[in-house]
Amino acid sequence: MTVTADSSERVDTVSVTIDGRELDVPEGTTIWTAAKEAGIDIPVLCHDERYDPVGVCRLCVVDTGGRVFAAACVRPCEDGMEITTSSDELERSRATLTELLVVDQPPPGADPKQTTTGDNLLLDLANGFDVLSSELPRGHGRGSDLSNPVIAVDHDSCILCDRCVRACDDIQGNDVIGRTGKGYSTRIAFDLDDPMGSSSCVTCGECVAACPTGAITNKPINAVPIRPRAELDAVESVCPYCGVGCALTFYVDRERGAIAFADGRDQPGSQGRLCVKGRYGWDYAASPQRLTVPLIRIDDAYPKGPLSGDVRGDSDEQSGRSGRRRKPGGLVPYDEVMPHFREATWSEALDLVADRLSGILAEHGTGSLAGFGSAKCSNEEAYLFQKLVRTGFRNNNVDHCTRLCHASSVAALFEGIGSGAVSTTYGDVINSDVAIITGSNPTSNHPVASTFFKQARRLGTTIIYIDPRAGKAADHADIFCQIKPGTDVAFYNSVMHEIIRSELVDRDFIDERTSNYDALAATVAEYPPERGEQITGISADVIRQIAKVWGEARAGVIFWGMGISQHTTGTDNARCLIALCSITGNVGKPGTGLHPLRGQNNVQGASDSGLIPMFLPDYQAVDSSDLRSRFESAWGTELDPKRGLTVTEIIGSVLEDGVRGMYMMGENPFLSDPNINKVRKALSALDFLVVQDIFVTETAEFADVILPATSYLEKDGTYTNTDRRVQLGRKVLDPPGQARSDWEITQEIANRLGLGWSYESPREVFEEMVGLMPSYANLSYDNLGSTGKLYPNADPEHSDGTVVMFDERFNTADGLAHLVPAEWLPAKELPNEEFPMVLNTGRLLEHWHTGSMTRRSYALDTIAPRAEVYLHADDAARIGVRDGEMARVRSRRGSITLHVKVSAREAPGNCFIPFHFREAAANLLTIDEIDPVGKIPEYKFCAVAVEPLSEARV
Amino acid sequence: MTDLLTPVLSDNWDQDRAWTLASYEAQGGYDALGKALVMPPDDLIAMVKDSGLRGRGGAGFPTGMKWGFIPQGDDKPHYLVVNADEAEPGTCKDIPLMLASPHTLIEGIIISSYAIRANTAFIYIRGEVLHVIRRLHQAVAEAYRAGHLGRDIAGSGFDLDLIVHAGAGAYICGEETALLDSLEGRRGQPRLRPPFPAVAGLYACPTVINNVESIASVPCIVANGSDWFAHMGTEKSKGMTLYSLSGHVELPGQYEAPLGITLRTLLDLGGGVRSGHELKFWTPGGSSTPILTAEHLDVPLDYEAITDAGSMLGTKALQIFDETTCVVRAVLRWTEFYRHESCGKCTPCREGTWWLAQTLQRLEDGQGTESDLEVLVDLCDNILGRSFCALGDGATSPITSSIQFFRDEYLEHITGGGCPFDAEAATLFATAGAHA
Repeated sequence: MTVTADSSERVDTVSVTIDGRELDVPEGTTIWTAAKEAGIDIPVLCHDERYDPVGVCRLCVVDTGGRVFAAACVRPCEDGMEITTSSDELERSRATLTELLVVDQPPPGADPKQTTTGDNLLLDLANGFDVLSSELPRGHGRGSDLSNPVIAVDHDSCILCDRCVRACDDIQGNDVIGRTGKGYSTRIAFDLDDPMGSSSCVTCGECVAACPTGAITNKPINAVPIRPRAELDAVESVCPYCGVGCALTFYVDRERGAIAFADGRDQPGSQGRLCVKGRYGWDYAASPQRLTVPLIRIDDAYPKGPLSGDVRGDSDEQSGRSGRRRKPGGLVPYDEVMPHFREATWSEALDLVADRLSGILAEHGTGSLAGFGSAKCSNEEAYLFQKLVRTGFRNNNVDHCTRLCHASSVAALFEGIGSGAVSTTYGDVINSDVAIITGSNPTSNHPVASTFFKQARRLGTTIIYIDPRAGKAADHADIFCQIKPGTDVAFYNSVMHEIIRSELVDRDFIDERTSNYDALAATVAEYPPERGEQITGISADVIRQIAKVWGEARAGVIFWGMGISQHTTGTDNARCLIALCSITGNVGKPGTGLHPLRGQNNVQGASDSGLIPMFLPDYQAVDSSDLRSRFESAWGTELDPKRGLTVTEIIGSVLEDGVRGMYMMGENPFLSDPNINKVRKALSALDFLVVQDIFVTETAEFADVILPATSYLEKDGTYTNTDRRVQLGRKVLDPPGQARSDWEITQEIANRLGLGWSYESPREVFEEMVGLMPSYANLSYDNLGSTGKLYPNADPEHSDGTVVMFDERFNTADGLAHLVPAEWLPAKELPNEEFPMVLNTGRLLEHWHTGSMTRRSYALDTIAPRAEVYLHADDAARIGVRDGEMARVRSRRGSITLHVKVSAREAPGNCFIPFHFREAAANLLTIDEIDPVGKIPEYKFCAVAVEPLSEARV
Repeated sequence: MTDLLTPVLSDNWDQDRAWTLASYEAQGGYDALGKALVMPPDDLIAMVKDSGLRGRGGAGFPTGMKWGFIPQGDDKPHYLVVNADEAEPGTCKDIPLMLASPHTLIEGIIISSYAIRANTAFIYIRGEVLHVIRRLHQAVAEAYRAGHLGRDIAGSGFDLDLIVHAGAGAYICGEETALLDSLEGRRGQPRLRPPFPAVAGLYACPTVINNVESIASVPCIVANGSDWFAHMGTEKSKGMTLYSLSGHVELPGQYEAPLGITLRTLLDLGGGVRSGHELKFWTPGGSSTPILTAEHLDVPLDYEAITDAGSMLGTKALQIFDETTCVVRAVLRWTEFYRHESCGKCTPCREGTWWLAQTLQRLEDGQGTESDLEVLVDLCDNILGRSFCALGDGATSPITSSIQFFRDEYLEHITGGGCPFDAEAATLFATAGAHA
């Protein structure tokens, strides 16, 4: 059940002698590597095992008895070679090179690296060779580049080792850094020698991690000085942003109680890589706007309603209210909101919460309460939260943002293969002949996963990218199809039609591993490529080409994102992808499979832990009495056998007087849910709302009680990434003020509702969960280690876990993949004369969801400060707006004003708005139509009008 | 005297409009092509091997052997790339050849491509020589019109496209792997070897890279046979070649003669050293080859004898310097060239050439010390054989060889407070003997 390279291949070895020691090494091993394995360190500056060797610094030259010295990092061992790694002549050569390099460096006291992390490799060498006080003439300055908000470039400190070039090109696949100039005037350059800050650099910081000198260094963030690693506390944790779950280390200045910087950490999935959010986006936790004491709404602030002008919608000129203009920027205005709350003690606040919730329960019955958990919280917190709802609220009205991202994918996967998790890891793409990436903008939303896609392509994997937007992934695709939005079912039906017609199906796999193939074949028979072309806008020839490439591939994998799931046909879209993999046998072997790229850092884990209305932990159906009884005996109480309401259904229920009280843990539905105007009404209509968060969110403006929680950085817990990797997030900082961990707060409320919990630590919660979750069997805090473990995992002490699932059978009752045919249906709200454009929503690389974290991060907010509507140049011209001007975007549900960005990545007739910006909240426009099965809203398709604002540029 | 010259490549250069197809064909041009296209390609490779033709770009690697490294039946495209990036100080043979008789090169390219089974060939030409680039473009267009290039050449079924690509002004692109990177649209920097271009060259496909003169020598071998070619020259350095005579010589220019001729003979043919002056030092093959002195006048100009004399035959670019020349100043000029042309990829060459030039300038300015001389030699030792490609090696040749032969002159710069020479006296416009 695991993926490894074919180890049966015989490897020839060669015998060499290094410094008198005889060694046998595999053919092709470089001298440097062979020496290292024998414990002999050869000095080198340009080489690092993470990168392909280039042999440019020449420090690693060794004597092989040849006419000239050989560069050990690039020279392969040859049979019988006798190698001397150190001699007077070699050392003299190294000393001379070091002297030549160090003479142009800033003095150690002014070196950007030596004065920060203090690990300048060149200065180390120079000290060793005693050449720091060289008398060689110094060259003139090559200058510096401080244009990036968080990365400083000092060309004088640069030794042109090309590590950053390889980090940028080969590791991250961004191809931004190169060289310019010749000879002594050579410099590293960004794009066409542009300033770093205005180049296409995405500030992933991989170059900073690569640089051995002071040439590329981190700038301090929020004036927390960067000090030598030895003086800082290194805390191994996991990135709190997306589902890729990159391992990182936070370097903490204990004197200042603050993070100084973060660095990637090696882990089988992310392999030490990070993106801008992970490396630079952690300072939100130190924001002065953090909630530090419990808050209770004052009597004057009733009847309830939004408290700030923005959330009231004052600034929406459609409302007709005149008066103050909206402040630029996008945080809840504390000065408007805070006067409506008073500080309270924890016991007063918690008592009030318990009183009101139990009062509502007593008065209105079991259907009257609901809770939204969060995919930002840990597995343990998700588990306790759903346990509280199910045992304390006595219903299953618990859901979280998975409803808004992959609910439809999960529904289709459950129906089709009996498991909602990915069938293989993102790193397994290296074993694929072909990878389809669809409905996903991975370079923005799963940046580190996208680096593996890009790398795989360079090593020969064919990348097919299918998306209505020409995201950056299109630049790295062999075939790119910019399909019309909302036509996925027709597209994949056409591809399958052609695969079946040209007999490229895997007959044995279909016969032995699937059911219902004939019905699928009958449905797709109606979708010849010509019809596909008519519906999707992709030429029949390209559809045929894709069918051929996919059908003939030895191993194919599909990665998809919210462009597949966030449609009223989301489940059908995912069904098509499952069918496409299944009929070609592309599940269950290396390089094949189905991978819905998960959004939140713990959306996989929160779903696994039961934060969904229809499933108890580990997807055990609440309406199955067998499964339910396991939990009833474990939890010592009876459970509601009815499925609970989903996120969108709960909002609807509030408006129909169903749900009266809500507990919101870390969710901000005011910005994240579709059709905000409806959400606003619902939140105002609640009898009681308790919001537990780290900031005053838009949702908190409607709260009766606000509880200050700890941020990700202030607590321990486990998080499960998109690969099914369960990792430990560790406490980095102390919580501010009286803020408390979410799990502790949940336990306090549970106990006030009479549940009698006594968990001492997340570890204890995890042990209870694992006992009830077969998929997590064998995992424990003690065996997760520093890099986590994939589940399922039979032997976590010795194995990283299962990469490829379903090699023999699927998780369905009969072990077969159930093929479900789907007919193409148009989106719910098509463009017309009044609303002629299609709106697509999504995320930016630099921001996260409702922006409450990222807009409080210096780096992220500086790089991407404002809301923009992305328009094709033709549309902009037709509408009469230019890049940078303001425009109004209207739908049937609302209207926002924001800047125009003319973008070559949009197709004519489509526009795109990221949903992070409260001052121009995209979800004021989106439609709350939902997928009938997955109950996911159609965020990716509604009809809008874009109009110029008469005002000049703002 | 004339019987020492063997004009083959340059035989038609004095014809009226020698660069036109009509003129070339009137002299028997493209006859060799017709002969080649009916031969099995492997026989052509064997013929070039038998002729003993060695690469005329400097290294002297046997051309036929290089062709033999190309894997056959590998289902990959093969490429022939002609290195016409002639930029070595002192070397001026390929550019005159392409200017005077571009069809000699084109015919050689077609035959060579046929031999190595390449259907696409490139001429990577130095970008500064615009007039030659234009002439090549016209000649290639003529050859297409005449059916010598394109589909089914002369009914043989052999297809060949020839692309003329102009460089952008970097000496390093004459290094064959840097040339390939440049041709692929990248920054011209040398590549790691292995893999060698014969296995993974242009676009990672098997590629032969040959000098202009090497490829231009192929038609005459095919026309006259390998024995005819091998009959000229010396035992291991066969055939005729173009010598570029320049500097303090009465009749500078290209002299075509068998390998193994001596400089003394060539100087006789060229009217001798500048009148009233005597030979002080010279380069056998451009500035990258260690300098030699008057005592080497009778060393045969072939690969072996020049190597035995401590230098390299290189591109047979004979730069003649008479006694008015300050050797430190001349070496400084060359070193400035290498400093400017180092691609910057590896440390020793990038940093070392800059530093060498600084130190030489100090000496020339009279600010040097005796230890500078030792440091110069020491640094050259640390560049030679330690840099990524041969550019760094070449940069050290003039320095180490000039210190070897003219140490006293260097010392005079230190003890005498600067350069003792009158720089103007060395110029060609100085009246002979006026300052002697």
